[in-house]
Amino acid sequence: MSAVKKPNPALIVGKYAALAFYLIFALFPLYWLLKIGLTPDALIYSEGTRLFPSEVTFSNFTTVIFQTDFVAYFRNSLVVSLGAAFFTTLFAAGAGYAFSRFVFAGKRIIIALMLVTQMFPLLMIIAPIYKIVADLGLLNSLTSLIVVYTAFNIPFATFLMQSFFDGIPKDLEDAAMMDGCSRFQALRKVVFPLTLPGLGATLGFVFTAAWSELLFALMLISKNDAMTFPVGLLTFVSKFSVDWGQMMAAGVLALIPSCLFFIFIQRYLVQGLTSGAVKG
Amino acid sequence: MARIELRDVAKKYGSVEVLRNIDLEIQDGEFIVLVGPSGCGKSTLLRMVAGLEPISSGDFLIDGERMNDVRPRDRDIAMVFQSYALYPHMDVARNMGFSMEIRKDPVAERKSRVAQAAETLGLSNLTDRLPKALSGGQRQRVAMGRAIIRDPQAFLFDEPLSNLDAALRVEMRLEIARLHQKLSATMIYVTHDQVEALTLADRIVVLNGGDIQQVGSPLELYERPANKFVAQFIGSPTMNVVPVVGTATGVTAGNGAEIELPDQPLTAQAKELGVRPEHIDVVDNGSGDLSAVADVVEHLGSDTNIYVNVKGIGSMMVRKHGNIPVKSGERLGLRIQTENAHLFAKDGTALRRVA
Ligand SMILES: Nc1ncnc2c1ncn2[C@@H]1O[C@H](COP(=O)(O)OP(=O)(O)OP(=O)(O)O)[C@@H](O)[C@H]1O
Ligand SMILES: [Mg+2]
Repeated sequence: MSAVKKPNPALIVGKYAALAFYLIFALFPLYWLLKIGLTPDALIYSEGTRLFPSEVTFSNFTTVIFQTDFVAYFRNSLVVSLGAAFFTTLFAAGAGYAFSRFVFAGKRIIIALMLVTQMFPLLMIIAPIYKIVADLGLLNSLTSLIVVYTAFNIPFATFLMQSFFDGIPKDLEDAAMMDGCSRFQALRKVVFPLTLPGLGATLGFVFTAAWSELLFALMLISKNDAMTFPVGLLTFVSKFSVDWGQMMAAGVLALIPSCLFFIFIQRYLVQGLTSGAVKG
Repeated sequence: MARIELRDVAKKYGSVEVLRNIDLEIQDGEFIVLVGPSGCGKSTLLRMVAGLEPISSGDFLIDGERMNDVRPRDRDIAMVFQSYALYPHMDVARNMGFSMEIRKDPVAERKSRVAQAAETLGLSNLTDRLPKALSGGQRQRVAMGRAIIRDPQAFLFDEPLSNLDAALRVEMRLEIARLHQKLSATMIYVTHDQVEALTLADRIVVLNGGDIQQVGSPLELYERPANKFVAQFIGSPTMNVVPVVGTATGVTAGNGAEIELPDQPLTAQAKELGVRPEHIDVVDNGSGDLSAVADVVEHLGSDTNIYVNVKGIGSMMVRKHGNIPVKSGERLGLRIQTENAHLFAKDGTALRRVA
């Protein structure tokens, strides 16, 4: 009599096998990063292909943290990435809302222009950007990176935010205004809470993009105390040798903020927040 | 309590005029129903009254005061949306009390009003649920609760029942009728549903293509439609309309049958004859005004629907009370109740009967 069909056991096993395979595929490089970071320097070449090192040490980590400029790079990256994520999301939310809700002159042209900016290879415009930043006297400053990253991420972030706003029925705002809200109150009390997943996704997207960006950072920053982490990582590569252990340890440390960030925002990323708003 | 007036109101989107020459005076406490085909501007008109859509031209007045440019929040009007538009991140109680929350009414008063409204609508044990955990009918009730809690001057409903199943629709229709009796507030109600329109309305406004076709009580629209559009839009099943040639005392149908219309003074201008299915009598073959062949016969128990073919005219429908023993293929005579017949001129306007 039960209307629910018993799931096929073979299907379940198959599903989990596929998931397991994918997990190994995705996580193995991360494991390798960690493994090499933990392997003592002397053993790196002799045990390079072993799955587990015969000896484990934290010396690479302590060296990276206490004897290099890594902490400064890390802090610089954090400032730049958070700054870029904040400003990009702020502007993208405003622009995305306008694109989603209003009809105005030039809307299509602006959207087309924003798409066009996405079509140029970065290498083509890096020289003019360098010139502009230099003329503004912003070379070797974190501000330059925040501005550039914000500018380059706004178009995509705007489309992302627009699609989130499109998913929030306009009736909700109208209902709020009938209930006595001003347009701004309707935004703050009804639209904003429902846009949290979108804001979270956009913040996360820009943060990770800025966190790992190398090209602009390399071009615009040459002073050691303003280097971001990806540029700083290159200092582990000297002319004659590469300090693999320290580089990998630094890499592991660099993953931490991204992970924390996504753990923090993932509860806002859950879908279905607007379900139940309309219809039956 | 509000008297709502629209004076020569029009709405344009760019160069497209979706409503024009809207003149309407709604009395305090009146229940007005807007009907019309899809896209005729019903929602637009309602949203202009709500203040959600700017009025392109004309005047909108509440109690004699021009309100064109007054914000929705200052109009003291509540609206129930077709989509319900419940705030998905707020529970039922907060959804219903949201307007009071915005007005910063005392929390205690808000709580008691919410509890009272929930009680009235049978939602008392659901107040801490989120909208997504409610059925369609419950959501609809919450949407109503959100409107009544404010005790506004006027209520607007945009097809509030169209997402409900038939049984629930009847129940909520009664609920709304009761609500109107109890609150005696002005109500404007948009619907596609004939029965809702005819049962709820003090007056019905028929819209088509952005124009008001006719305003009147349900009975007026049924008995004296101003034109062919209203005649065919109001009443179910739809009125039969057949082309005729007007004569001095009656009309001649396509098959040559002459129908005398003694109480119609303007028969000479008639181009079409309209008769509702319930205003045609079935008589013996050979007598009556028209001879017909029964095509499909539907026995509904209380009524019988007979689709007939009339030679030279085409298909028509007859509806008779009770169970009429007619078989498909049978030849019948039809007699038109001339006192209930309608005549339409070339432009579709109804030719007035005497008295
Ligand atoms: N924002 C808009 N821009 C341009 N045209 C619009 C806009 N909103 C509505 N319209 C047009 O105005 C006309 C009236 O729309 P409205 O929604 O009032 O119709 P309706 O009578 O409520 O229809 P329905 O019964 O389907 O709900 C339609 O032809 C529609 O295409
Ligand atoms: Mg509508």
